[in-house]
Amino acid sequence: MKYADEFRDPVLARKVLNRIERTLGRIPMPEGRPLHIMEVCGGHTHSIFRYGLQKLVPDSIEFVHGPGCPVCVLPMGRVDDCVTLAEQPQVIFTTFGDAMRVPGSKGSLIEAKARGADVRMVYSPLDALELARRHPEREVVFFALGFETTMPSTALTLLQAAEEGVENFSMICQHITIIPTLKALLSDPQCLIDGFIGPGHVSMVIGNRGYGFIPDDYGKPFVVAGFEPLDLLQSLWMVLEQMAEGRASVENQYARVVPEDGNTAALRAMAEVYEDRESCDWRGLGAIDRSGVRIRAAYADFDAERKFGLVPADVADPAICQCGEVVRGQLKPHMCRAFGKECTPATPLGALMVSSEGACAAYHQYGATDLVGTRDG
Amino acid sequence: MCLGIPGRIIEITDAEKYLAVVDVSGVRRKANVACIAETDALDDLIGTWVLLHVGFAMSVIDEAEAARTLEVLDELGEVQDELTAMRESAQP
Repeated sequence: MKYADEFRDPVLARKVLNRIERTLGRIPMPEGRPLHIMEVCGGHTHSIFRYGLQKLVPDSIEFVHGPGCPVCVLPMGRVDDCVTLAEQPQVIFTTFGDAMRVPGSKGSLIEAKARGADVRMVYSPLDALELARRHPEREVVFFALGFETTMPSTALTLLQAAEEGVENFSMICQHITIIPTLKALLSDPQCLIDGFIGPGHVSMVIGNRGYGFIPDDYGKPFVVAGFEPLDLLQSLWMVLEQMAEGRASVENQYARVVPEDGNTAALRAMAEVYEDRESCDWRGLGAIDRSGVRIRAAYADFDAERKFGLVPADVADPAICQCGEVVRGQLKPHMCRAFGKECTPATPLGALMVSSEGACAAYHQYGATDLVGTRDG
Repeated sequence: MCLGIPGRIIEITDAEKYLAVVDVSGVRRKANVACIAETDALDDLIGTWVLLHVGFAMSVIDEAEAARTLEVLDELGEVQDELTAMRESAQP
């Protein structure tokens, strides 16, 4: 237990780990494989690697790293759309920094910037709106990216722009939603996930009620978790305890931040601005029905796709990449044929290698070589 | 972009637009508080600790939770990145 010393309360961590061990003894194990527990959120993936949780827990538990990192599932075609807009001479293209390095078929946004496009990193969509106010002679486009965690921020910014009549501000919307994605994962006949550690900050916005189908239709436990290492261990124990008791339900380990019904003001703004897309493309996973949103027609003036007559690019993932199998939990990152060779954090081919929340970047950073040849290998 | 970083509301600058100034580890920036405003008396929020997501206060937290979260984010190497992004955001 060499890593447990890193916890600010190693005694408590040991206690939870002991409880995990005891509970495991009461669970009927699947044939010929460990229990697969998927942490949905990329922030959780990062925590799990940083604190070495996968090495702390018993060998009969394996963390499967889920699709909950919006940068990691950003398809190449959408990056191309952003580059197309960024290259328009009158456009100031604004984006969260995370999206800058994701490769598209015409390169990344950072490469477009190097070629002369006016691409600027912003911390908040509010800053993009402020740029639009300061530069009325330019068109400011914001790349609205993310799961439900960032959706309230872009919806409220757009509503503010509409109220003030900031006509030179618009957004290209790549918001995606977690529930249809989990449905798609679970309905895959090859899905070998036994239980879920649910996303904390998405749930802070949408609440916990939407997850009911996971225990009800698929019989899998789902525990919404915080980001501290002890939160994750505690949530893992709660998942296992459900299995040991032969039940499945949605539980909330992160109640100090996640209200059962989510955030009312945020949900109201999101419903006002966004509506479901029939289908949305994901890197690695392909198209998933109703897994994304677009800007409602009432706000068409602020929709960069309509404003600039953008025809969305449709680009296949690079043939060598196996991001889809990794995102589904069917392949460990280091087992991908491009891992650490063609695809590295410095020269990422797949988006899972770009973000610090991507499973591949985490494997690379936190010692994949150490994992190769062990039970992961 | 997905991380919530703790900060403390120190001033309401535009109640109509729900705008406040939040102090995040010594960096002050404009933030929107519409998602945590339960009443119109926004001044009541001054001094409150919040989780700030891309410039929007999304959840009220207590001081101890704020300190623990900052510690974890620091260990994850995320605090400096967030603060740098806040400082450098959209410089003209």
